[in-house]
Amino acid sequence: MKKKTTILESNILYTIIAIIIGFLIGAIFLAAAGISPAEAYGKLWSGIFGKPKFMVWTLVYASPLIFTGLSVAFSFRTGVFNIGAEGQFVVGSLAACIVGILVELPPVIHAIVCILAAAVAGGLWSYIVGLMKVKRGIHEVLSFIMFNWIAFYLSNYAVNTEILHKEGDGEATKNVLDSARILFPESIRDLLDCSSANWGIILAIAAAIAIWVIIEKTTLGYKLKAVGFNKDAALYGGINAEKSILTALSISGALAGIGGAVQLLGMGARISQFAGQEGYGFDGITVALIAGSNPLGCIISGIFYGAMKYGGAKLTMVGAPEEVIDIIMGCVVIFIAISQIFKNVFMKLAKRKEAK
Amino acid sequence: MLSNLGLLINATLVATPPLLLAALGSCFSERSGVVNIGIEGMMTFGAFIGAAMGLVVGNGWVAWLCGGLGGALLGVIHAVVCIQFHADQTIAGTAINFIGPGLALFLSKAIFGSSDTPPLSASEKLPKMFEGVFEAGSFLGNVLNVYSVAYLVFVFAIIISFVFNKTKFGTHLRAVGEHPVACESLGINVYLVRYICVILSGFLSGLGGAFVTLATINQFRPSVIVGQGFIAISAVIFGKFNPMGAMKACLLFGLCSGIKSIISMSNVISPNLISMIPYIVTIIALILFVGKGHTPAANGKIYVKSK
Repeated sequence: MKKKTTILESNILYTIIAIIIGFLIGAIFLAAAGISPAEAYGKLWSGIFGKPKFMVWTLVYASPLIFTGLSVAFSFRTGVFNIGAEGQFVVGSLAACIVGILVELPPVIHAIVCILAAAVAGGLWSYIVGLMKVKRGIHEVLSFIMFNWIAFYLSNYAVNTEILHKEGDGEATKNVLDSARILFPESIRDLLDCSSANWGIILAIAAAIAIWVIIEKTTLGYKLKAVGFNKDAALYGGINAEKSILTALSISGALAGIGGAVQLLGMGARISQFAGQEGYGFDGITVALIAGSNPLGCIISGIFYGAMKYGGAKLTMVGAPEEVIDIIMGCVVIFIAISQIFKNVFMKLAKRKEAK
Repeated sequence: MLSNLGLLINATLVATPPLLLAALGSCFSERSGVVNIGIEGMMTFGAFIGAAMGLVVGNGWVAWLCGGLGGALLGVIHAVVCIQFHADQTIAGTAINFIGPGLALFLSKAIFGSSDTPPLSASEKLPKMFEGVFEAGSFLGNVLNVYSVAYLVFVFAIIISFVFNKTKFGTHLRAVGEHPVACESLGINVYLVRYICVILSGFLSGLGGAFVTLATINQFRPSVIVGQGFIAISAVIFGKFNPMGAMKACLLFGLCSGIKSIISMSNVISPNLISMIPYIVTIIALILFVGKGHTPAANGKIYVKSK
């Protein structure tokens, strides 16, 4: 009996329920559009697991999402809401792109410098918002929204500057130099049968472990969590709340920035002019929510989201609009957001049963 | 000179209505204490429904109304999730921003076989005023021969401002955004007021989105809204959360957009830099105003009704 209530108390159960409901709602839309949900979901499944190289591609898609997921999860754990991961991702990607095109360095070192530049850019982008929060009391969600769009237009502006713009037509930058790429050696890429297989996933897993250690095992993590939990109590306990918020936001921003670099140096190689927000940062919110803000959980939920994105793009082959993935993930977010209600209902039912 | 001014006024009158409609919607939601960052998603869905209904029904006004109802549908979801189920409002809004555009593109592909709807003919769009009365390109032609909705939205703004400041409902909606507990003890139904406000915010955002597809351009495309919902939110912050303030901010941001569309032909300043202006001035405004208590006090806070 006791075991049963522990299961009912665990958040993972409700996350799984939310995902199932998301797929059911997606199925309803597919059926209404005259597409067999079984066929579409079958395609999604085989598009992800059908061949080993599909699974490699899934990991390639997942790497930047794990970073933005970590970024948001870290902010949630430290009591701020980094809805600005989108913008930090963009400026991170832009910084890596500038260093990747204009600076000449030996391989490996070049990539490391690009990633550091991205971390600094993303961290600073978020730090400014942090300053506005601690110095002027401006809620970070409002300023992050503004900063996301400023980053968006900044990137579009940079893409069209002469020094970065590629030769000839096409609205994109030049490719970053090969020395800046983080691709696996060619032999391994051939073996995996994936032209974009890269170190991103290793970096993402390493980052997730590092963030987990920081949050759970260090004094810094303890301080940041304490401020997030109760700013006034932390202050009373001798923790500098302002500094903690700034640190938390900087780390969170740096993670999203690195995500931008990983996407650029691993997959894209260049930045194209945006027609709309790319959404990596917002996807990070979903990744963090599915992971229950646990850094290690972000690895799994990031891979899940990466799989949905990669497999989802193949849905067109069976005539299903790939946007069904957005509908599913949106519903998952909503049902996770209201999972407390399910929990209360289930717990009440369990208690009633127990009383009998 | 005069004709250039006319051109600028014309471009501003094209750019402002969708922003203003969405901003008025945002005012309702935010002032009643429910943060709504899903405005963008609601506008996109309204834009699609507007275009689709224009093609089906063939009447711009009916289609516009349907676009509003499409936005209101997402408003209902946001309201239920936030008010009834106490979800984090920022997260719920993020979900709406996934679902709105996702649904619009899904339906567009399912119905029209493409992410773009077919173009609407002039008779399926919203009508222009004074068609053929003034010489094309003349000052009066540019200023008066515009979509009638462009002027109608300013009337809306005045009416909504009146509702906010002079009616009982307006007092209630402002009060529940400041101190819901006190309102409840005075017998005001906090949930009901918030439901009405959030659904209205969806309706007005939907109307704003549908204006884009039924007037500004003549079809739905994935990129029709891009950022306008967030500019509307900026306008509300810049306008200190009241309808008249939001209207002035929207005119300013609409003017930016008008300037952008005119100079983008001449290549003097990058249009991307001009696009940043609304966001930058809003940040400056935030830095200058904030701390003076202009944000509704209960905004974003979950309110659980006492039993």
